[in-house]
Amino acid sequence: MSTEVSRHVNPMRRQQAIAAWVLAVPFMALFLVFTAGPVLASLGMSFTDIRSTDMRSPFAVSFLGLDNYTKLLGDSLFQKVMVNTGLYVVLGVPLTMVLALAVAVGLNRVTRLKGLFRVGYYLPVVTSIVAVSVVWKFLLRADGGLVNTVLAWVGVDGPAWLDSTTTALPSLVVMSSWRNLGTLMIIFLAGLQTVPTEVKEAAEVDGAGAWQSFRHITLPMLRPTLLFGAVITSIGYLQFFEEAFVMTKGGPLDATRSVTFFTYDQFSFGNYGYAAAASYLLFLAVVVLTFVQFKLFGNKD
Amino acid sequence: MSATTETDQGRKGSTRWVYVALVVGLVVMITPFVWMLLSSVKPEAEVRAVPPTWWPETVTLDNYRSLFTRLDFPTYFMNSTLIALAVTVGNVMFGSMLGYALAKLDFPGKRLVFGLVLLTLMVPGVVTFVPLFILTTNIGLTNTLPGMFLPFLAGPFGVFLMRQFISGLPDELIAAARIDGAGELRIFFSVILPLCGPALATLGILTFLTSWNNFLWPLVVAQTEDKYTLPVALALYSVGQNATQYGLLLAGAVVVVVPVIIVFLVLQRHIMQGISMTGIK
Repeated sequence: MSTEVSRHVNPMRRQQAIAAWVLAVPFMALFLVFTAGPVLASLGMSFTDIRSTDMRSPFAVSFLGLDNYTKLLGDSLFQKVMVNTGLYVVLGVPLTMVLALAVAVGLNRVTRLKGLFRVGYYLPVVTSIVAVSVVWKFLLRADGGLVNTVLAWVGVDGPAWLDSTTTALPSLVVMSSWRNLGTLMIIFLAGLQTVPTEVKEAAEVDGAGAWQSFRHITLPMLRPTLLFGAVITSIGYLQFFEEAFVMTKGGPLDATRSVTFFTYDQFSFGNYGYAAAASYLLFLAVVVLTFVQFKLFGNKD
Repeated sequence: MSATTETDQGRKGSTRWVYVALVVGLVVMITPFVWMLLSSVKPEAEVRAVPPTWWPETVTLDNYRSLFTRLDFPTYFMNSTLIALAVTVGNVMFGSMLGYALAKLDFPGKRLVFGLVLLTLMVPGVVTFVPLFILTTNIGLTNTLPGMFLPFLAGPFGVFLMRQFISGLPDELIAAARIDGAGELRIFFSVILPLCGPALATLGILTFLTSWNNFLWPLVVAQTEDKYTLPVALALYSVGQNATQYGLLLAGAVVVVVPVIIVFLVLQRHIMQGISMTGIK
């Protein structure tokens, strides 16, 4: 019956549609020019040999098809930055998640000082990555750095963390987990609130230890939250850049250079088409991960 | 009875260890900031001392003085502030307008618009910056503040957050206003918007912080020192000729971080709410 009515031109509905578009137009105009347009332009550019020198004479640009992409996959530096970016994800996501989960579970058990803990653990998230990278570069110095000073108390002779190809990347991952765990902590805390205490108490009455009840009750019920956390954290680590820019300049020997860093470099060299292709391969990785998320969560809002 | 008391005692005992672990973790989280503050007021020689001094033996503001005299931090601070303000106003305004339309109004193209906005939530910034740079160059906005904030005025996050929030407001409010003869736009501005206070505050704070900390785009667009933002200046000095002047760089980090920490401590409730409301920052 309502479809019958709406088929006629309803002046109320028309007014609504006009108002909606008036409200939508400012956003959509900016959005098309500065976001949607560039997303498509970047794809188009990735199939061309456009360089910084072509900016004012776009007709000198020639179409290359997939050449940039095949060249990238054969470029040993790009292979290296892909492996590095993979390492950031593979090391960073589990570390950040385990730390955040531990903090969230701990916070869920205490009542006093909860607010103070939450604020403290979340604090690094709001600070500039550039600024905390400057601080951590100072903390990680070989001689006189705070990290090695503390390690010396327990008899460990800490290396020059950022100067070695083996320790530089893991050091950046640890620093990044320190900065990012607050976001996941908040998300996990919200998730833990949905685990009913009665179920856990019942399990403990049945003789389940704290670890068993965590392992067999809390973790399974937290699954959607954990997966969601894994996806957003992976997307973050896939775009790793600022920490390496400030702390290691991508070195030593490109050991910390990421795909985003590579893209930025190619842009600085003026290789716009090549840079665009590299950024699209990263985009592809993000899309694949997000697709996995939608697969796993179905039509969850 | 006695069994329950035993578990209770066990719980209390283990809760004590939870506190110990949480406090140790908290110290790890906070120490870098404390160390930054302490080191920034040490003279350069003391900053580099091996082993390091904990409490500054000599307290000096030389590092901060250098930020103002040798470097131009007041200008960077001003640039960062102006850009963040513009981006915040834009996102709050345009985000709530489109968010309302998507939440409560029927219009052709609605699903397409929402789909497009959602899709760009996952586009990495690195994908758009090359074409954006060509665009800003061609319209003459490279190395200008508008060139730095225009691309960020309409972000998907604001639309997403405001749509979520406004969807939760009762439809009856709008229906009643329509019966009273209020026009559609008036309903938005005088009925809906006044109810959006908490969401607008959350969006405003998160947008301001994101813009304040933003790095890649300002790095690309700023070409002369007078257009640097704080993170751009700090990053370029830390990899450039000032790379080993730790005291100076740490004082710079303080200038970037401390205002944000103060804002966060005052408004943390709004920020946490925003995170748990949408799951993203």
